[in-house]
Amino acid sequence: MSEKDRRSLEPKLENFRPAKEGQAPRSLEELSPEEWAHLKEAGFDTQIPKEGEFFQADAHVVQCRSLPEGLELMPVTEALQRYDWIGDYWWKAVSAEKDVYTRATAEDLDEGYFIRVLPGYRLVYPVTACLYIRTPEVVQKVHNLVIVEEGAELNLITSCTTHPGVRSGFHIGVSEFYVKRNGKLTFTMIHEWAEELHVRPRTGIIVEEGGTYVSTYVTLHQVATVQSFPHCRLVGPGARATFGSVVVAPKGSLLDLGAQISLEAPGTRAEIISRSVSTGGETIARGHLIGKAPEIKAHLECQGLMLSDEGAIKAIPQLDAYYANVDMSHEAAVGKIAQEEIEYLMARGLSEEEATSLIVRGFLKVRIEGLPETLQKRIDQAVELARAGL
Amino acid sequence: MKEPLLEVRDLWVEVEGKEVLKGVSLIIPKGETHALFGRNGSGKTTLLMTIMGFPSYRVKHGKIFFKGEDITHLPPYERAQRGIGIMFQRPPTIRGVKLREMLSLCAKENGVKIEELAREFGFEPFLDRDVNRGFSGGELKKSELLQLLVQDPDLALIDEPESGVDVENLQVISRMIRRLLQKDTHRPRTKSGLIITHTGFILQYVPADLGYVMIEGQIYCRGNPLEIFEGIQKHGYEECVSCLRRIGGA
Repeated sequence: MSEKDRRSLEPKLENFRPAKEGQAPRSLEELSPEEWAHLKEAGFDTQIPKEGEFFQADAHVVQCRSLPEGLELMPVTEALQRYDWIGDYWWKAVSAEKDVYTRATAEDLDEGYFIRVLPGYRLVYPVTACLYIRTPEVVQKVHNLVIVEEGAELNLITSCTTHPGVRSGFHIGVSEFYVKRNGKLTFTMIHEWAEELHVRPRTGIIVEEGGTYVSTYVTLHQVATVQSFPHCRLVGPGARATFGSVVVAPKGSLLDLGAQISLEAPGTRAEIISRSVSTGGETIARGHLIGKAPEIKAHLECQGLMLSDEGAIKAIPQLDAYYANVDMSHEAAVGKIAQEEIEYLMARGLSEEEATSLIVRGFLKVRIEGLPETLQKRIDQAVELARAGL
Repeated sequence: MKEPLLEVRDLWVEVEGKEVLKGVSLIIPKGETHALFGRNGSGKTTLLMTIMGFPSYRVKHGKIFFKGEDITHLPPYERAQRGIGIMFQRPPTIRGVKLREMLSLCAKENGVKIEELAREFGFEPFLDRDVNRGFSGGELKKSELLQLLVQDPDLALIDEPESGVDVENLQVISRMIRRLLQKDTHRPRTKSGLIITHTGFILQYVPADLGYVMIEGQIYCRGNPLEIFEGIQKHGYEECVSCLRRIGGA
């Protein structure tokens, strides 16, 4: 069996130890400088201004603090005990019976974050969350729940990474996000896993009338397999969703990514933008837009750059329309870097390698509408940091 | 005679299997600007692209010397580093790269003040836009010239600077080229240029020291650029051919 075939197999839960067996630090101070360097690269930085901070290592919440009024941030198990209404949200945007990974998470939970922004509170700075695998060979099963109440606003940045010494592991992340009427959730996820890590996010989002959901996903480093296909429902008139992804697939990585957006009310808008670069790995860019109401507008854009004859980029767009009065479109393009652009930069004094690197960085600097400038800068910085590897 | 900066010696060049240049020779001394006239398709751009060193322009015979060094087989970036710069007629868009970043890469820490230059030529608002993205004809020319001004080459290769540019922009572009080629200084000039012009209008603003006519990949005539241009305007390029035949030069 080729390496590629082996990797494309679904990881088996029984091949990993429970995350609860991991030795969690008592506080962030126990983390080594090497760990901090790695965490910062994945976007988790305690120095930046923020409204709240959540840090989970393996199955243990190490840090959980929130500053402002209007923000509730706690380990999800605490929220399950505290709120009797939580059943209205728990496993309602993602089915527990979806697959073997959701079932495993439903049966044996390794924590996760609960975030709720109370009605009308618009938080200025981001809330940062980090899901960290610190022990080799464990399976971490988290379940996150985010509720942005009416007219509220939240910027959530999730950094997912491993201890620099961990090569192998398995992360399952169930996330359920609810954006109420006229609320806005900006969700940015930066993945920086290890070579033999398997990752299965399972995400469901429900956006009510006038609400906005902006999702940005960034993965620039080697990881064994990631398979992620969030399902977003726009259930109220005028709701909007944008999914942007910035993806580099190095040799040894198989990234099966995308999003499904279901436009279920008139006047809803959806956009999926993906930029994929293969430097020898395989990426699949999926996008599925479903027009279930009149007067909707949806667009899908997949662009891929192949920098190697190894690996693959597969763009799989799908549009389903159920009404006459819809505006749905997609564009997909996969190719190599235009020689003309390389030569142009070479005429300005850049070597071929410098020119290629600049073009790739530019290609990945996708502008995601609705993403705050500070977050855009952080993504651009992550791309800059990855420059050496491109 | 002044020190030669660029010497092109009996250059034969093939593009996509087709012979385009057929034995071109010229010398551009330090501090001089030369103008290259010729019809579309006569090989003018090919000559510039070959001097810059783009790989699809294959030198079959002949040599290119710059500052006395044989650069015939150097890649473009090494030629740029030695002091050759080019203004593209149709530059590509570099998505996601801001003009400001591009300019600082061109400058290579040579101390040129990017902001000041951009402001002087009214191009400051474009610094935070992607290189050439959505630029109009005149804006493309200004973007190109700004990059060249920052790069500050000893030899500037300028391809049809006036094409697709309105009168107002033409004046700004001319000022930029004059700056690039030190036309406003009275000290001995050190910067040289080779300007391709199809219409010749740019020479009203940027004087050239010598003119050439290129026909079918060969240089047919050398002389006073304004006289050559007047001749072309009156009689067309055919006259150059028959003129040379009369004096037995071709």
